[in-house]
Amino acid sequence: MSLSAKDKLAVKTFFDKVAPRAEDIGSEALARTLFVYPQTKTYFSHWKDLGPGSPQVKKHGLTVMNGVLSAVGLMDDLKGGLLTLSELHAFMLRVDPANFKIINHNLLVVLSMMFPQDFTPEVHVSVDKFLAQVSLALAEKYR
Amino acid sequence: MVVWTDQERAYIQDIFSKLNYEDAGPKALQRTLIVYPWTQRYFTSFGNLYNAEAIMSNSKVAAHGVVVLHGLDRAMKNMDDIKKTYAELSVLHSEKLHVDPDNFRLLADCLTIVIAATMGTSFTAEVQAAWQKFLAVVVSALCRQYH
Repeated sequence: MSLSAKDKLAVKTFFDKVAPRAEDIGSEALARTLFVYPQTKTYFSHWKDLGPGSPQVKKHGLTVMNGVLSAVGLMDDLKGGLLTLSELHAFMLRVDPANFKIINHNLLVVLSMMFPQDFTPEVHVSVDKFLAQVSLALAEKYR
Repeated sequence: MVVWTDQERAYIQDIFSKLNYEDAGPKALQRTLIVYPWTQRYFTSFGNLYNAEAIMSNSKVAAHGVVVLHGLDRAMKNMDDIKKTYAELSVLHSEKLHVDPDNFRLLADCLTIVIAATMGTSFTAEVQAAWQKFLAVVVSALCRQYH
């Protein structure tokens, strides 16, 4: 399920449009991940506040979304481009890769909520494929 | 035995009361067939599913989307025993239609995304949690009679 030229164009066009709202998108997706899938809170036990308005969640949501946006520019070699991030997730953070699917789902929900006209089924399939490839690249160094 | 809080019941009923079945049903099924094309295997009798445009203008897909949503409506009206309400539907999907249960999750995710697009910011995290719990119970009930 690798990215076709059509997928890459759809992903680039869509994310170029939504990039200005990176903080809103990322923080909302992360907040929903923590709320709707409470088991994900186990990775953030060192934060005092995991509630909706939490400044730490907001900041980290932007970090995550910036990661996604940087991956848009690395679509021709995600494994190579995301190597350092993969090492971070594999050796330091040790996030179970099953959780990548969870945050991807919440990213799709938030994108659909915030950009209902642009998030057409065709854009949806390309973005879903892209996020799946990003997750694979992030999991590359795990074992 | 699934326990629903009053708040969860209210959220679910609110979603259904605002839903246009003739709009959301078709959209959810179209999205499933486009985003997860292997699901088209169950609809070979529906004619042209060759590309996104064909799927979105296919009247059989649209009609079936409405059928699916009315099925969910039954679950909403029988929230305290979805398992029993769906027993026959589960047998149907397993014995007659031979649907891989993983597909139920795919359709559920697409429906969630369609509802998020319709409801916008009123689809809060709390509403999403209740809605996804409801869909998880529905999917579990549909899987129940598989053997």
